Amino acid sequence: MPTFGSFALLLALALAAYNLLAGAVALRQLATGARGRVSPERLAETARRAGIGSFFATTAAAFALVWAAFNNDFSVAYILHHSNRALPGPYKFAALWSGQEGSLLLWAWLLAIYGFVLRLRHKVDVKLTAYASTILAGIQVFFLLLLNFAAMPFSLVSGQVPQDGFGLNPLLQYPEMVIHPPMLYLGYVGFAVPFAFALGALMMRYPGEKWIHITRRWTMVTWLFLTCGIFLGAHWAYSVLGWGGYWGWDPVENASLMPWLTGTAFLHSVMMQEKRGMMKSWNVWLIFSTFLLAIFGTLLTRSGLVSSVHAFAQSSIGTWFWTFLVIVLAVCLFTFILQRDHLKAENRIESLVSRESSFLFNNLVLLAACFTVLWGTLFPVLSEYIQGNKVTVSAPFYNRVAVPIGLFLLFLTGIGPLLAWRSSSFRSIRKNFVLPCVAGLVTAIVVIVCGVHPWEIFTTGDQGSFYSFFAFTLAAIVTTAISSEFLRGAGVISRHTGQGILASMVQLTRRNTRRYGGYIVHFGVVVIFIGIAGSAFNQSKEEELGFKQSLNIGPYRVECQSYSQDSNLNYDTEYALLDVYRGNKKITQLAPEKRFYTASQQPSTIVANHSTLAWDLYVIYAGKNPDTGQPIIKVFLNPLVAWIWIGVGVVVFGTGVALVPNMTAALAASRNRATALAATPEAVAARGGD
Amino acid sequence: MLLRSRFGKVFAVAVVALLTMGAATPAVRYNDLGHKMMCVCGCNQILIECNHLGCPDSERMLGELRAAVSGGSSDDAILTTFQDKYGPTVLAAPMLTKFNVVAWIVPPAVLLLGIAGTVVLVRRWRQRAAAVAPALPAADFPAMRERIRRETEL
Repeated sequence: MPTFGSFALLLALALAAYNLLAGAVALRQLATGARGRVSPERLAETARRAGIGSFFATTAAAFALVWAAFNNDFSVAYILHHSNRALPGPYKFAALWSGQEGSLLLWAWLLAIYGFVLRLRHKVDVKLTAYASTILAGIQVFFLLLLNFAAMPFSLVSGQVPQDGFGLNPLLQYPEMVIHPPMLYLGYVGFAVPFAFALGALMMRYPGEKWIHITRRWTMVTWLFLTCGIFLGAHWAYSVLGWGGYWGWDPVENASLMPWLTGTAFLHSVMMQEKRGMMKSWNVWLIFSTFLLAIFGTLLTRSGLVSSVHAFAQSSIGTWFWTFLVIVLAVCLFTFILQRDHLKAENRIESLVSRESSFLFNNLVLLAACFTVLWGTLFPVLSEYIQGNKVTVSAPFYNRVAVPIGLFLLFLTGIGPLLAWRSSSFRSIRKNFVLPCVAGLVTAIVVIVCGVHPWEIFTTGDQGSFYSFFAFTLAAIVTTAISSEFLRGAGVISRHTGQGILASMVQLTRRNTRRYGGYIVHFGVVVIFIGIAGSAFNQSKEEELGFKQSLNIGPYRVECQSYSQDSNLNYDTEYALLDVYRGNKKITQLAPEKRFYTASQQPSTIVANHSTLAWDLYVIYAGKNPDTGQPIIKVFLNPLVAWIWIGVGVVVFGTGVALVPNMTAALAASRNRATALAATPEAVAARGGD
Repeated sequence: MLLRSRFGKVFAVAVVALLTMGAATPAVRYNDLGHKMMCVCGCNQILIECNHLGCPDSERMLGELRAAVSGGSSDDAILTTFQDKYGPTVLAAPMLTKFNVVAWIVPPAVLLLGIAGTVVLVRRWRQRAAAVAPALPAADFPAMRERIRRETEL
């Protein structure tokens, strides 16, 4: 099977290279009118088919690696280092992306899948798809070169083949690990498609904004994958790492956030190009940057450029990525300079107080946030270069610099939809803003009464209260603004149709899914912000708990019922059984664990969490007192964490709504289809030739 | 004058009260400073959050921090002592010294410059738009309708 896998990778490379070269020659011939022995149309078609072939070859290689994992083929070095006999099935499957070579194969495979779909749907626009397909083939060639010559997943072990593997990193033995990396990679890789379309459209001076219509769903789906990937990662960190948090501003976390921020900016500003023919150069560069940042993120993860807790993925293939990054940037720059006159805007912003303006500021703030994250991530490298010594840039830096930018963004999320396109009159501003401002004021008072005192930043230096105060207030403003948008539209429909307000809201959303789906996404973001704001009030306690001993935290009493140890083929475990009481009523039993994995000889924490809407009771088995043999239990009371995961659910739902075609558009399309069908000779004959 | 001096006194009392209100207890300072430093074992975790089994450094460092806080040293003095002992990477964020100031200044400066630049740009565009008369011949009415449809669709 390793030979089969290696051959499949080599074949995939050959086919992708043919797709790139033949595609480029065909497009060149089409552009210049030159003719070779084979017509450019036929050459382009062979290139497309080679691209489809490379998908099958890459799929075969991925299958070969998974097969080797399931069959405990420890002659393959990658399988030896990332699997073992006792590893449960799903984690053997996850071995595909648990190490350097495998995760690069996953990259290549997902890219091949995206390319396959794109090449199958080439009739949407044959010429533009041919450009995009050729550009995608270029990216595929890079990853397949890596897999064939630098990070080979099918390398064989030298000498005698061991009986068992070294096992999977225990931190990765968690259900979310089976879906988090593929989701994240679907996001990273997916941005290659709008990138390829944008670059292709620019190369061929594609008229109009059709390329945006074609890629809109690609971009949204990709963005959704990246969003899910990021939050699944956060949830995994929260559930597995056992430090009580979900986001540590680690360079690799930052690497996933940067393309998400520019991708979000692109999703917003692209509307201005669709509607008003503005921001064309800006949009092209946003999607270029998003793809470049996705590659840069992969480089950060693997090159060892910055130190990270994700050290398992470091290696020396950074040079390959730097080279690729420079080539992509050069191609983008060259094409842009050559074709920039094609990107002239049809309209300009006419007022500072307009929807366009709010989009522009929203983009600016998203890019500032992206720059801040990039700056913080790379500052240690810059410091070493200039000062001669490295510094650490971690959570305190981002809390002080990035959080205010995030709050500003939340503010813009609220006011943007209340402004009219082109220009907003003072009267309309007053009319639209009164209610949200009142809601914000009332919330601010309530929050202060509840004990959140923003002025404590000046007395105790407590930034948490300050930021959470603004987060809650802005959340109220944005929620009111979104609700009033829904209610206003639904009210009009209700008056015209006599339907109830809820049914009217549904109809309103179906009439313009993109707009109202977008509002639902915004509401999800608000809910996420509320959840994050709760972290300002985290509490923790650590105590040694013997039999029937208890500790109190917030409204809970945690009482130790027993503690013991156990073992199975995969790991040894120590755990405690803890009864949780609220008042005198027992509400649940938690069992935090500390595992020691046999194959990898590494420990891992299994967190026990009792989650409610108000707070999470998050319990860790911190270890055992060697003198008394009693467990040391660390308990966190983390307010509002559940809101973050609910918010993500709302974002997913909202994006799903935005992806559904509008009711009117769907009706129009079906009417057109019916008209076209009615005009066919068969239909005419069937009606008796009317 | 009397009003001004009274106002000044009230203001001074208010400022002092505000600054001393809720002054940090040793436990709060310990927690706060523990979040401003990193564990030096190579785990890249915030000192007070370092939780991996058998860490050779975090327990000792937290003990040193506890002793320094109860010894009455100021926050800056404690951070400087740790920096001298463990190197600059022990601080979770760079201090406001020499080149490190750049780390803190650049992101807000970029945002402010961006906002200022955008405001200037939009104003210039607006002036240019005002200078061009928006006359539209009657023959372009369908084009206008199409534009209205497109611009009000979303």
